[in-house]
Amino acid sequence: MQAQTGDLLPQTFRDWFAERGWSPRAHQIDLLSRVGAGRSVLLIAPTGAGKTLAGFMPSLVDLASRPKPRPGEMARGVHTLYISPLKALAVDIQRNLERPIGEMGLPVSIENRTGDTPQHKRQRQKLAPPDIMLTTPEQLALLIASKDAGRFFSDLRRVILDELHSLVTSKRGHLLSLGLARLRTMRPGLQTIGLSATVAEPDGLRKWLVGQDQAGQMADIIQVVGGAKPEITILESEERVSWAGHSARYAIPEIYDAIRRHRTTLLFVNTRSQAELLFQELWRVNEDCLPIALHHGSLDAGQRRRVEKAMATNSLRAIVATSTLDLGIDWGDVDFVVHVGAPKGASRLAQRIGRSNHRMDEPSRAILVPANRFEVLECEAALEANYLGAQDTPPLGEGALDVLAQHVLGTACAAPFRGDELYDEVRSAAPYARLDRETFDRVVDFVATGGYALRAYERYARIRLTADGTWRISHPRVAQQYRLNVGTIIEAPMLNVRLTRQRGKGTVARGGPVLGKIEEGFLESLSPGETFLFSGKVLAFEGIRENECIVSSAPGRDAKVPYYAGGKFPLSTYLAEQVRAMVAEPARWRALPDQVTDWLRLQKEKSVLPGRSDLLVETFPRADRYYMVAYPFEGRLAHQTLGMLLTRRMERAGARPLGFVASEYALAVWSLRDLGRMFRTKEMSLSALFDQDMLGDDLEAWLDESYLLKRAFRNCALISGLIEKRHPGQEKTGRQVTVSSDLIYDVLRSHEPDHVLLQATRADAAAGLLDVRRLGEMLSRIKGRIVHKNLDRISPLAVPVMLEIGKERITGDADDALLAETADEIFSEATDR
Amino acid sequence: MNAKADMSTDTRGGDLISAVSGQEVLLCRDGTLYSPALHLLVVSDLHLEKGTAGARQRRFLPPYDTRQTLMRLAGAISRFEPRMVICLGDSFHDGKGSGRLDETDRLHLVSLMAGRDWIWISGNHDPDAPGSLPGSTVHEISVGSLTFRHEPVIGTSPGEIAGHLHPGARIVRRGRSVRRPCFATDGERLIMPAFGAYTGSLNVLDSAFRGIFGGEGLVACMLGQDRVYVIPRTSLVSG
Repeated sequence: MQAQTGDLLPQTFRDWFAERGWSPRAHQIDLLSRVGAGRSVLLIAPTGAGKTLAGFMPSLVDLASRPKPRPGEMARGVHTLYISPLKALAVDIQRNLERPIGEMGLPVSIENRTGDTPQHKRQRQKLAPPDIMLTTPEQLALLIASKDAGRFFSDLRRVILDELHSLVTSKRGHLLSLGLARLRTMRPGLQTIGLSATVAEPDGLRKWLVGQDQAGQMADIIQVVGGAKPEITILESEERVSWAGHSARYAIPEIYDAIRRHRTTLLFVNTRSQAELLFQELWRVNEDCLPIALHHGSLDAGQRRRVEKAMATNSLRAIVATSTLDLGIDWGDVDFVVHVGAPKGASRLAQRIGRSNHRMDEPSRAILVPANRFEVLECEAALEANYLGAQDTPPLGEGALDVLAQHVLGTACAAPFRGDELYDEVRSAAPYARLDRETFDRVVDFVATGGYALRAYERYARIRLTADGTWRISHPRVAQQYRLNVGTIIEAPMLNVRLTRQRGKGTVARGGPVLGKIEEGFLESLSPGETFLFSGKVLAFEGIRENECIVSSAPGRDAKVPYYAGGKFPLSTYLAEQVRAMVAEPARWRALPDQVTDWLRLQKEKSVLPGRSDLLVETFPRADRYYMVAYPFEGRLAHQTLGMLLTRRMERAGARPLGFVASEYALAVWSLRDLGRMFRTKEMSLSALFDQDMLGDDLEAWLDESYLLKRAFRNCALISGLIEKRHPGQEKTGRQVTVSSDLIYDVLRSHEPDHVLLQATRADAAAGLLDVRRLGEMLSRIKGRIVHKNLDRISPLAVPVMLEIGKERITGDADDALLAETADEIFSEATDR
Repeated sequence: MNAKADMSTDTRGGDLISAVSGQEVLLCRDGTLYSPALHLLVVSDLHLEKGTAGARQRRFLPPYDTRQTLMRLAGAISRFEPRMVICLGDSFHDGKGSGRLDETDRLHLVSLMAGRDWIWISGNHDPDAPGSLPGSTVHEISVGSLTFRHEPVIGTSPGEIAGHLHPGARIVRRGRSVRRPCFATDGERLIMPAFGAYTGSLNVLDSAFRGIFGGEGLVACMLGQDRVYVIPRTSLVSG
């Protein structure tokens, strides 16, 4: 071990470690040796294990021993690229690396290049690149699409990919994988180093890191196990845990007490609305006026920087945060983590707990606060998972076609390409390894002329097949268009929230501070005078002026909570299974608080406990309706899709369903006819109702009409370049001028349903918005295992989902019903008179 | 006031029986207007070939909007078999639009025109007659007590039916915002919704509509999937 260290690590480095009384860790040396042997490596290690330094060490060692450039020698290109999903992370890493580089006096330059880097600096970086460049996936795409990409990357040896587990599952990951494939073509010996938190199936990431061929190449893997076991407990409240809801209001006094007893407490929640709520509740009881701050992605950037700074200087006692603080950024001296609500995925929990006490050898201390009874079960399951070290990651999906379209155009912007060569290169990226040639050609055709059966656009093609067999861009303006639209992050349109003093009725003073940004869609659902919670304040909505939302302060009033699109994480498959297992086995209830155990015991007595791999379906009457409650435990998304499909089928079977509501754990459907009786008399068959074939025609038919598909289409249309992004500062053109993506969707669907962009849209919706994959797995799991229990009244287990009735948000599919309500209300007023 | 009361009650198959300046008209849920007495069908702002209009800037919208618009128009025509059709202007998205018509679409359009009077009212997008197509092109036309022109003129006599503004309306109910194209009317005059497959809408509360309708008399007849919904000014939301 010691000899190996001596061989691999130059004297300067050994001295540096020794001066600090440290020694290099085994995985750092292991990585150094494998990279030295020319391998690409996936390093999996818990937070605080020196992962970042390990990743950079091979490059630092290389660069330290590189001879000084001779006078007059051409400037060297970038040696190592570091890519992180967060700009803030890149900035943080630079700070952390500059110290060892400075202290060892290494001749290594290290610079950031993100969307925030000023234009003049970017220009300079192209002429005189740093040795190590820290950047984001979007910037890499831009660099690759520039004409001098070949020269810029001519010295590139390594790419370090940080937080790889979180990068690979999204469209950003798809774009990045294509970028890496491009780099590998330019630099055949290129090595990659992936840094990742623990994942269940590392082989997916190992493949992702290297070029794919039939043999299924994989990067080496170094797995660091251990670290001290975190001390996690579940809050055992004296108070009564709620049946449903997400506020955890019952636990506020106990949480506040914990804050008082620790130096710095980090409070995590799952959504921005929960963050606002928790922050508000804490200040309501904050008698000691402890400095408690709020941090989430919608707040004004200046405000967030102030909170981060205050954290770094340890001048805060508590911070309420969402996933904006999730990834490996390490600030301040946090000694306690509170997770409010269920942690959803075990990986997420591990990451968040890792935030406290950022040294690997000391245990982290954390407490979970379930917001309702089902969450007690979920927290318990998550806790066991964390102790067992079992972690889940969402499966790596097939590469998206809209992302491929963007990449094809980017490739042409840099230099002419040959179809055959690009096809092979694209397939070397793991997400696209199974792409067939016909689909690839359709994507190229789409980029060229839109890919329509009607050849209307040939004259104006963006890229053209020239006589020498290469595809070239037809005009420099195409490259400009590409640069403005690069990237895969599509945000819902946001408006600035500006706080003004109300000047009496109707007139509102101009000016006042900007508090942050809120989705236009949420603001559209407000009428003037309505209140909501944002930036820790109760605000009254005054109106929308130009591109700003004008609000005034409304302290002391009850607030409607902001709704944010996409803020919810689904229960992971792994945790769902743990929860089912726990409910099914009374022997495991010992770990649960008494009130939850009593609840389950009561369920066993009044109805039956859902078995581990069964699906329990209860039917019962209530008021003048008949209810069916099913307990698949597969997350709200999958349940919503199931609800849509089941009600269609029940309608056909004459059961006259009226509505349904989905929770993370269960689904309730109500109808006019006695469902229990229909099942008993075999008028309607449960197994036929839950048959997998619902994912065929029924799904297709419903999906095509659904607003969800329109939403997915908009994203695909923007990413693929069919329509252009709205840029900040660019005035919103009138609604009558721009063609909305909804209208385009309708036209395309009626006239060319097989268009490549609709194919991409359906794939997106099935995976992300509807969780069809998960629903399919569930339906196949429960085949022949449906347990029906007909009851004369509601069961204890059904209470939480029944409480959700009436609280669910109405979806876009019900718009006509709302119009009818409004019109008919006026009508009945008129006739009453 | 009477006009409003009428509108709230009488529908035929989801369409609304209404009156403009005393002349009975049918406001159809597909966005067309039909006068049974005059055997007259009116559509506004077809914006044909809007999809292909961006081609020069390499914006490749699906080029099927014309086909879609004509299909819907064919539906309305076969339902009423009108003796006269008035297209209220902006029938083509730009002056060169008629020249870009795909041959199939052109033949379809010509077949719809056969056997009836066809009036192209000129609009700001298509000030000239569409080349190579039959029909007569005029700036405005009066039939019975109704006057048809592209842009509404503030302060004109009752009975004006215009287009141009693409009226739409929005309601907020149960925490959801619903936005739809609409007929905008105060019973004396009316502005038609845009009919083209790629046309958007402008809120009737926008300043562009200011001065056209008499005060609170405005109602928005919003186009739903199965019927036209009459929503009074007081239930409308801007934006």
